[in-house]
Amino acid sequence: MSSPAHLRAQAQTLAGPLPPLLAGAEHLAATILLGEHGRRRAGTGDEFWQYRPATIGDEARNIDWRRSARTDTPFVREKEWQSAQSVILWVDDAQSMEFSGDGSHGTKCERARLLALAVAVLLMRGGERVGLSGFDLPPRHGNMQLLRLAEAFSTPAADTDFGEPEARGMLPQSRALFVSDFMGDLAPVEAALAKAADRGVRGALLQVLDPQEEAFPFDGRTIFQSMAGAIKFETNQAADLRSRYIDRLNDRRARLRDLARHAGWHYTCHHTGESAQSALMWLFGALERGR
Amino acid sequence: MLTLGAIGFTSPLLLLGLLGLPVLWLILRATPPAPVRRRFPGVVLLLGLTDDTTQTDKTPWWLLLLRMLALAAAIIGFAGPVLNPAARVDGAGPLLILADGTWAEARDWTRRTGRIAAEVEAASRSGRPVAVVLATDLPADGVQFQTGDAVLPRVSGLRPRPYVGGDQVVEWAAGLEGEFDTLWLSSGVDTPYRADLLDILSARGQVTVFEGGSAVFALRPARFEGGQVRLSAVRNQTGVRDEITVGAVGPDPNGLERVLLSVPAVFEAAQDVVEIELDVPPELRNRITRFEIDGQRTAGAVTLTDDRLKRRKVALIAGRGADEGLELLSPLHYLNRALEVTADLVPGALLDVLQANPDVIILADVATFAAAERDALEAWVDGGGMLVRFAGPRMAAAELLDGDPLLPVRLRSGGRSVGGAMSWGEPKTLRPFEAETPFAGLPVPEEVEITSQVLAEPGPDLAERTIAALSDGTPLVTRAELGAGQVLLFHVTANTEWSSLPLSGLFVQMLDRLAISANATRPERADLAGTTWVAQDILDGFGDLQPAGTMGGIEGEVLAIARASAEVPPGLYAGDDRRLAVNVVEEGDLLTPAAWPASVPVTGLSVQPERGLLGLFLSVAVIALALDALASLWVGGRLRGARVMPVIAAGLIALAPMTDRVVAQTLDDKVLLATSEVVLAHVLTGDRTVDNVANAGLSGLSRRLTQRTSIEPVDPVGVDLETDEISVYPFLYWPITLDQPTPSANAYAKLNRYLRSGGMILFDTRDGAVAGAGGTTREGRRLQELARPLDIPPLEPIPTDHVLTRTFYLLQDFPGRHAGRAPWVEAAPEDAEQVDGLPFRNLNDGVTPVVIGGNDWASAWAVDRDGVPLFPVGRGYAGERQRETAIRFGINLIMHVLTGNYKSDQVHVPALLDRLGQ
Repeated sequence: MSSPAHLRAQAQTLAGPLPPLLAGAEHLAATILLGEHGRRRAGTGDEFWQYRPATIGDEARNIDWRRSARTDTPFVREKEWQSAQSVILWVDDAQSMEFSGDGSHGTKCERARLLALAVAVLLMRGGERVGLSGFDLPPRHGNMQLLRLAEAFSTPAADTDFGEPEARGMLPQSRALFVSDFMGDLAPVEAALAKAADRGVRGALLQVLDPQEEAFPFDGRTIFQSMAGAIKFETNQAADLRSRYIDRLNDRRARLRDLARHAGWHYTCHHTGESAQSALMWLFGALERGR
Repeated sequence: MLTLGAIGFTSPLLLLGLLGLPVLWLILRATPPAPVRRRFPGVVLLLGLTDDTTQTDKTPWWLLLLRMLALAAAIIGFAGPVLNPAARVDGAGPLLILADGTWAEARDWTRRTGRIAAEVEAASRSGRPVAVVLATDLPADGVQFQTGDAVLPRVSGLRPRPYVGGDQVVEWAAGLEGEFDTLWLSSGVDTPYRADLLDILSARGQVTVFEGGSAVFALRPARFEGGQVRLSAVRNQTGVRDEITVGAVGPDPNGLERVLLSVPAVFEAAQDVVEIELDVPPELRNRITRFEIDGQRTAGAVTLTDDRLKRRKVALIAGRGADEGLELLSPLHYLNRALEVTADLVPGALLDVLQANPDVIILADVATFAAAERDALEAWVDGGGMLVRFAGPRMAAAELLDGDPLLPVRLRSGGRSVGGAMSWGEPKTLRPFEAETPFAGLPVPEEVEITSQVLAEPGPDLAERTIAALSDGTPLVTRAELGAGQVLLFHVTANTEWSSLPLSGLFVQMLDRLAISANATRPERADLAGTTWVAQDILDGFGDLQPAGTMGGIEGEVLAIARASAEVPPGLYAGDDRRLAVNVVEEGDLLTPAAWPASVPVTGLSVQPERGLLGLFLSVAVIALALDALASLWVGGRLRGARVMPVIAAGLIALAPMTDRVVAQTLDDKVLLATSEVVLAHVLTGDRTVDNVANAGLSGLSRRLTQRTSIEPVDPVGVDLETDEISVYPFLYWPITLDQPTPSANAYAKLNRYLRSGGMILFDTRDGAVAGAGGTTREGRRLQELARPLDIPPLEPIPTDHVLTRTFYLLQDFPGRHAGRAPWVEAAPEDAEQVDGLPFRNLNDGVTPVVIGGNDWASAWAVDRDGVPLFPVGRGYAGERQRETAIRFGINLIMHVLTGNYKSDQVHVPALLDRLGQ
């Protein structure tokens, strides 16, 4: 069990999914160029903010001599304050996310994790701290954190049919991103959003759906089962249910949008059949707007 | 065997199995199709929904019916169904099988011999003596009835003849003795002997007639009238509409026999004759050797052509220039009048007409030639030309060379005058033509008088070369061979100066005999008097030309009135230089259907053979089962996804014509949409990614156009240059990829037409990020390759006052995703002038047909379904600004495409307002 060869094999198995996921996320993130986003006020940071006349209390070493030499009064060079914010991610890992429709594109889970990690890459590049909700992986900064996130995203799916958002461990005034198909009960989502709103947390809900879930292209006598098999439904004419199913799906989307608006969050629906890039651009914009 | 109508069953007991079908119906009906299990996260949304119908618990009735059908077909199939089970009634006594044996039967000859063979075999089985006789090939002495076995081998050797039997058939039948039954295989076309023969045969025993069902077609001889070739087709049946195709066959320029021309002809329901007119150029007409009806292998459907259709090319050249003499004194006047109706006249100088390679050159009183003319003329005659010279004052006065090859005989200089005012003696008349000459048999009119002539020096070969002479024996016409051609000399003038010959009908007849002119009508008996004709090619009953071999000559008088018969088989006959065709069907002939009295039973020709239907029924069963499998899948909802696609594809192969129509339909829809709405289009490059980006880009642009302007395009389309119609799109976006296929020549023609008729193509090399100043990228070179065959005007980088800079927005930059170099547009004309008080020149003409650049505009325009940009542009705010400019460029461009130079015309507004004010 503890032989080096066995350990190494296990390590490789573990590390296996990491590079592709991380590379994919980096690749996706690379399509967006961004500036360091300053705080528009003086503080610690790298970027120049302004010169101001030195006042009492300024240390001598802060005086910018080159500027001061041009006038009679000493000037202090101030840098822009760049504060890092915390962003909490929650990616649904329930069985329902393992659905991949007709197999022409990946599962919803793969897409959700790719997008979450790509956002993490972008945010970290912008100087933010990123972590997972709950207490396992608090927000931190740096490449190690990215690796930890990637590892967390490489764990196999949970056994439950549908996931519930993890609302614990959210820092006040931080931002959050929930990625799920939101196919399960909406009450936990509502509770999580309420809790987040209480703490002043803003963020975005990203609903990832498979094109088949949108189109319901089924026909004939069918027994539908949830991914874990807990729920069953039998019909004789699946095609007859299509319009009613789509109505229900639209209701659910409207409700989610409503919930998000009340909590001051953003909401969008993304399909695995589409390009991940547009979703990433939206996500990035939504998290920026949330600030 | 059980027989139901036309179908018999070999094992009818099996049919009892059909009684089991209703039981099966009840059993099958109770089995519902098995459900599909499907994992689907959206199942929570389905909970609580109920089905509208509960019917499909049972198998649908039509599926049951299909299965029943399959089973019933299998049961019936195994019961051994047979179509037309054989059942014959035989007679007794000798049987005479008589066939008309004419060309009209050639169309179904194998079936007829098959029928004869079947009857002979049947007679042989019942021990009847039998004889087989063709009316066109009668046995010399009555008829000999033999056993079927002895007759049978001869049946397959029977051949139809290309003519119809004559009265000798009746004579032959009258000589028959004894009692016998007759089976008469009629051609369906009435024959002169039919009624009499039927009477004789009916007296001998029972007569049964078999007649072929299909119509018989034939062609009458072609004739030349009013500049057109006319011929008519006839048929023996009326009442239905028939379409035939008549082809003109002859050697092509390479000498190969082929169909030179084909025309359709339509028999309306009531017509039994249809007239066909062909407008054939003379070159082609002279090649035609025969006309035939396509798909009719009978001698009647072939009509051979002869000299009647040919028109010689004749060059007429006079020694005396066309001075202001009187028309009637012109040396060529009478020749012109004699030949213009029957030959193609070639005017011009000697060396010029030789280029046209005429068949005949007639020189009227031409005495001397330049050296070049002489050489060319000798070469032409040597190669087969016919040179005809007329004498005259010049020839009489000229110093003629000894042994001039262009004269058939040596001439004495000076000529002679007889019977004129200043001479002794009477004018001379003609001596009757001798038998060996081409003029043999022509009547000599007494009123022809010769007053002057040129004389030949006596020589050993003078008599041999003289083909017409005067009453005193001096030659009138002499002839000599020269190489493959010949030289003829009329010792008189071609006008009436020296003789009255040109005034007489004999003159035309002589030209006719010399094959200088060709008569358009069939020669009369008198015309052919004294000539002998030899068959060259003859037709067989099937309409194929065979070499005649050694057949005896036929006298012209006989040939002139001959109908095709055993003695004069139809074909092509040659005599001297002329050719005459004898055809199966002559002018005025009709094909009358044979009318049989009611007492004679007439039956159809075809024998209905026994046909086992086992295979048919089993195929139906298998097909029904296959359909059932598909239908079951469909009912069960499994007819979806990749697994069943091959099955469906296989099914669709059978329906291929229908899907073609569907494709055409969608193509029409595409064009219809493009013409009823504004549609932006991009060229499909074959690279999925590039095509998708181009489509997304154009839909982004369409969206912006709808938002900001009154142009409201619908969703953009991709066009395939090879198959799609591009003329309906005002604008094409063409992204350049390295590996896109080069369009075909056809597609380039389409593109050039598109560019000339006001379309615009935006070429995008998408390399703005790397294309530096001056350097070319690989995409740039590929664009050059692709655009080389295109009709593109001179280009220049877009000038600052180009109308594109102000069609909607005021722009000076044209970035896309890259802010590279400015695009290139059609160069402004040299003479564009500055407008007073305005910052741009007066450029008023033409929309630039192409805009060429590399800034990857589509990527900058591209949005997804929700309108979110697909690709980032630049950095931050500046990037968004660049995207906005790119969109503005797109809007300007489409405005430019749709409104042309409207904005440029605006420079005239002040002037127009000024004028209106006055």
